[in-house]
Amino acid sequence: MVTQTIAWITTRGLFGRRRFLLLIPLPLLVVGLAIISRAFGVAPENWAQPVLVGLGLAVVLPVIALIVGTGVLGSEIDDGTIVHILTKPLPRWQIVLPKLVVATAVTTVTVSIALYVAGVLADSVRLGLGLALGGLVGSLAYSALFLALSLVTRRPVLLGLVYVLVWEGLLGNFVSGTRVLSVQQYVLTIADKVAPTGLLQSKVSLPVAIIMSAIFAVGFTLLAIDRLRSFSVAGETS
Amino acid sequence: MTGLLGPNGAGKTTVLHMMAGFLAPSRGTVTIDGAPTWRNPAVYKQLGLVSEREAAHDFLTAREFLTVSARLHRLPDAEAAAQRALELVEMTPAQDRRIGTYSKGMRQRTRVAAALVHDPQVLLLDEPFNGMDPRQRLHMMELLHRLGEAGRTILFSSHILEEVEQVSGTVQVIVSGRLAASGDYRAIRRLMSNRPHVFAVHSTDDRRLAVALMGQASVTGVEIDRTGLTIRAGDYGSFTRALPKIALAEGIRVRRLHPSDESLESVFSYLVEA
Repeated sequence: MVTQTIAWITTRGLFGRRRFLLLIPLPLLVVGLAIISRAFGVAPENWAQPVLVGLGLAVVLPVIALIVGTGVLGSEIDDGTIVHILTKPLPRWQIVLPKLVVATAVTTVTVSIALYVAGVLADSVRLGLGLALGGLVGSLAYSALFLALSLVTRRPVLLGLVYVLVWEGLLGNFVSGTRVLSVQQYVLTIADKVAPTGLLQSKVSLPVAIIMSAIFAVGFTLLAIDRLRSFSVAGETS
Repeated sequence: MTGLLGPNGAGKTTVLHMMAGFLAPSRGTVTIDGAPTWRNPAVYKQLGLVSEREAAHDFLTAREFLTVSARLHRLPDAEAAAQRALELVEMTPAQDRRIGTYSKGMRQRTRVAAALVHDPQVLLLDEPFNGMDPRQRLHMMELLHRLGEAGRTILFSSHILEEVEQVSGTVQVIVSGRLAASGDYRAIRRLMSNRPHVFAVHSTDDRRLAVALMGQASVTGVEIDRTGLTIRAGDYGSFTRALPKIALAEGIRVRRLHPSDESLESVFSYLVEA
């Protein structure tokens, strides 16, 4: 009952903020571009990589996960309502886990449907399912990361963007070692292994992708629970 | 019922947050009924906190907000508990409106209700009167009085003297992170006998009274003007005992004796200066 209540109020909070509207255009863009490419008869080899990977996995998935993942806890910390949740005799995991579930679910639904549709249009239902599954795993790993970030730093969105843009986007292209710590690469690998098409090029092995995703999800969740346990509210001088 | 008084930046919020488990003490432990408050969510069973920030879930109605609070406390009948708390703060007429539409005072009362929903033994309030108009302030003071009379331990902070004076007789004065004084504020004031107490006196013959008073060891200064005498006394007790005797002996009738700085204000400014 407690976890349901936390999930309910988290969802209400998420959809009650205007920030939520940011979730809509990005997935539509992926689907829209896929439809246009198909309609004009462009060969999937030419558009699948930029639309599915360049836009879908590298931008839409992490950005949506960032908005949602920092929204489920970070915005409550920002506006101070977290105190109402924390002044309850609840073990902190009962607060973190429902929020993680909500973040993952909202991100997955938002991103995976678009990825599925774009995957089907690019190649096959199998590719669509592969991308949707990758999206689910990615949503979980990213959500855990961004949820923990909102407890570790006062600027989770900024730090999250740095991770997505600089670490995954920039360094991931040039320094191959960084790919082992890149959620984007795990997602790519999972989608590629589920549906080997030649349209996606995975750069890490499947076991690495699965194990590292699990480590991301579990590790950052544990970190978030521990950080929430020692959550401090600094006094504000009025 | 205890008031935590101090200027801005004195450490009132820090103390309250340590008590409420939102700050780790750099040394030692803070306990409530023997249980540490830091990293121990179980203390919230008997603790209610109304923080200074006015945050509440604006998208919920007061009733939803209170029901959520009650559920998170695992109360057996969350709806009934929510209703009880709303009645206590007299928020039932507006309970089905979203909190975002409330005035400051209503919002504050809703937050107090949320802190009371599980009937805690200890209630901590950080600047509960901030931003309230006089009527709302009066209402909140009445509410705190009622809660105190019902046997709860209430600790609230304020940087405004009149608030503390009106709500609670017991005061803890914090200045720069130190406990500067503790106890009944009049008693605190009296204990500080090294500071002159100022009395305004008016009598049938002010000048003759002034001459007689100067002979008293407890009197450190007398000023005379059209309105009467301003007397500085080093020791509260001996001066107030001496004055009637002198007046009687001199045949002077004292028309007015007014401890002109017997307010928390003067206690406070003295402590801050010290």
